[in-house]
Amino acid sequence: MVICPIPNSTDFNVKLLPHEQDLSEFLREQVQTAFANKTPLAIQGSGSKSFYGHPVRGEPLSVSRHRGIIRYEPTELVITARCGTRLSDLEDMLAEHNQMLAFEPPYFGADATLGGAVATGLSGPRRPYAGSARDVVLGVRLLNGRGESLKFGGEVIKNVAGFDVSRLMVGALGTLGLLLDISMKVLPRPDHESTLLFSMSRDAALTQMNRWTNQNWPLSAASYDDENLRIRLSGAATALARVHQQLGGELLANTEAANFWSDLREQRLAFFQGETPLWRLSMAPAAKTPNVSGSWLMDWGGALRWLKTEQACDSIFREAEALNAHACLFRSTFGSEFQPLPPALAILHRNIKLAFDPAGIFNPGRLYADW
Amino acid sequence: MSYQEHAAEIVVHAIEKPTFVRQLKQFLSADNILSEPEDMKPYECDGLSAYRTLPWLVTLPETIAEAQAILRLCHRQGVPVVARGAGTGLSGGALPAANGVLLSLAKFTRILSIDPANRRACVQPGVRNLAVSEAAAVFGLYYAPDPSSQIACTIGGNVAENSGGVHCLKYGLTLQNVLALKLLTIDGEILTLGTEGLDNPGYDLLALVTGSEGLLGVIVEVTLKLLPIPETAATLLAVFADIEKAGAAVAAIIGSGLIPAGLEMMDGLAIRAAEAFIAAGYPDDAEALILCEMDGLTVQVQADLAKAENIFHAYGALEVRQALNDNERKKFWAGRKAAFPAVGRISPDYYCMDGTIPRRRLAEVLKEITRLSREFGLSVANVFHAGDGNLHPLILYDANKPGELELAESFGGQILRLCIEVGGTITGEHGIGMEKINQMCLQFSTAELRQFLAIKAVFDPQGLLNPGKALPSLRRCAEFGALHVHHGHLPYPELDRF
Repeated sequence: MVICPIPNSTDFNVKLLPHEQDLSEFLREQVQTAFANKTPLAIQGSGSKSFYGHPVRGEPLSVSRHRGIIRYEPTELVITARCGTRLSDLEDMLAEHNQMLAFEPPYFGADATLGGAVATGLSGPRRPYAGSARDVVLGVRLLNGRGESLKFGGEVIKNVAGFDVSRLMVGALGTLGLLLDISMKVLPRPDHESTLLFSMSRDAALTQMNRWTNQNWPLSAASYDDENLRIRLSGAATALARVHQQLGGELLANTEAANFWSDLREQRLAFFQGETPLWRLSMAPAAKTPNVSGSWLMDWGGALRWLKTEQACDSIFREAEALNAHACLFRSTFGSEFQPLPPALAILHRNIKLAFDPAGIFNPGRLYADW
Repeated sequence: MSYQEHAAEIVVHAIEKPTFVRQLKQFLSADNILSEPEDMKPYECDGLSAYRTLPWLVTLPETIAEAQAILRLCHRQGVPVVARGAGTGLSGGALPAANGVLLSLAKFTRILSIDPANRRACVQPGVRNLAVSEAAAVFGLYYAPDPSSQIACTIGGNVAENSGGVHCLKYGLTLQNVLALKLLTIDGEILTLGTEGLDNPGYDLLALVTGSEGLLGVIVEVTLKLLPIPETAATLLAVFADIEKAGAAVAAIIGSGLIPAGLEMMDGLAIRAAEAFIAAGYPDDAEALILCEMDGLTVQVQADLAKAENIFHAYGALEVRQALNDNERKKFWAGRKAAFPAVGRISPDYYCMDGTIPRRRLAEVLKEITRLSREFGLSVANVFHAGDGNLHPLILYDANKPGELELAESFGGQILRLCIEVGGTITGEHGIGMEKINQMCLQFSTAELRQFLAIKAVFDPQGLLNPGKALPSLRRCAEFGALHVHHGHLPYPELDRF
């Protein structure tokens, strides 16, 4: 019996391309010096997501040249890369092997980096069906606030040794550590995708999205723009044909569909334009629309609601809290703002910050203004 | 078995038991306090039954308020607390502290709500894993993580250990299936982590607490994600002449773009033990077997099965069989799920390991385990969550033969070391507990352990929660390192160390 080669295996060679380098040592020295001098640092990738969170008062420390894919073995579903690696380079490499970052990270800029995607923890339309940024982070190497190089998690999917520090970094906006290398679980790209469009009311759309999810149709995105419900389906051609037959709706052309989902992820749709403050509300997918005046756009099958409103911040945070949801002023001319934490949790956050960064040098103020 | 407490990890307190019991009785009914050895006997160990210690006291609170009061009292008096669910854990994580309170969550057994529209269930920590799926079934929903102990193990313990199961590759571990938690801190405060949304403001404390093995707080309520029950599930059984060919086939399945709901491998010894135990229909002369389950829409499953079957044939399967009906499918799985007790029948005792390795290193790892098996003179059966690289070697031994138990333990230690060396980890899903606390010193550097200890101190500065588990003191590691790292310069060179 002849054993075939394993399809899709890279036998990835660790080699640095001309634009790639390992700046671990340099960055470690920078952080150690900053720790010794108590110099606040503003960690910077490409700056594509600098609007998110508060402005940082600190010396800029660029990590965007700490760049390159370190290991990639498609048959293990794991990729490891330096934080400054461009998301586009990473996704190109994965696409070559018919794989993807299933959480569909938003770029918000051509040079968006892996480190920024993890530090902001934002996920795109596929998130409710294929997992979030934090779900797929398997391990990190980071510098803590003392400039110690530490490794947590690993390059295997199942690992329960030690506290899950890797995932604690996701969404921490660089306030706990400087991410050097990140290992992530990747998934195969679906064989086929199709998008169906239905015109209906907002309430009908909410009910419909959740009913279809419960009925186990192979959804990979669901969004409603106050006129049309669009659902994306992923799987074998035979499966998608059956779903279309069963659910009806207008089948969008492939290019139109692909553009819609990437425009939604990148906030290029008309809804996102203009000066009105943009809010992000994360809530129960089937929950009714909150009592805030403004215009709405739903993603994540209803679990993510974008809101454009001039209403005061406090009232929106209060409304979100009453719904057991949480809100974030995502983009506005006066910056962004996160849902305030209850006092006990706020203290805990502060102490966790100190446990990683005792001198308070990493991105002070970016997440919460006081520290 | 020979677990070693370390002096640096023992929390000392001076309060007398009768005094403490009197204080407990001010808010806890006498029925819910056990202090006699014969009453406490059932709590002396968890699923790792070779490790045993009688607790100082057992408390069985019935309400969150009672649990808070117990924690406040322990906090005030400096008494250690070990939380316990069903006690099915396999790493000694619920092993009592000899001078501490064992806090059983066994009376927190209510399913508080099931919200089918939002696909979530809110449950108390003492609810059994399988009970969640049973209760959700009327809505066409289920809870995906399915550790082998799911009939008995409880959700609180699942969260504390970040439990896995055979469906992890496609559906994630407990971590990916928990939406919110209520956690009691050591000073009795209640924290709510998570909202009704899919993400949360601030740091991801849900991730930090999941799998923290009772070191950060006591879980008193859990909101779980439910999934729709798949329209179809179908299972292929593929037989291979050796484990290396089977390993290549697994890599090919994943490389081809399939994500099976379950992808399990067993070696010859495990196959024969399982077949002799429950007649699952495995060919008992096979040296390697793969179970590959696909689920989802029927048309999708058909497409996936055809693709998988072709791959198995192309990679030299001697036989590929699809379960003809649900009964046969369940039988295929019953053999795999009963692999541990099946091995228990052919050997007086077995010791179950739980390393994870990058799958491409499987062949060399198994070869080395075989070599070690000869060296130690103990047989090993291997079952393997092949999809995610989680290996369970079962070391066969006889506790009645003097020294064999210690031999099994050092064999196990060698396997864990091997897992680290090939880029894997010492525990995929069973946790560190008491069992692998020494190996934590191998997997993590002093600076990394110090970072863990700093996190621990944020939640529990006195170190009262589950002391001596999961997270070694630096002194333990210094001593363990001195014993193990400098080969050729071991202390006590006259001792036989194999």
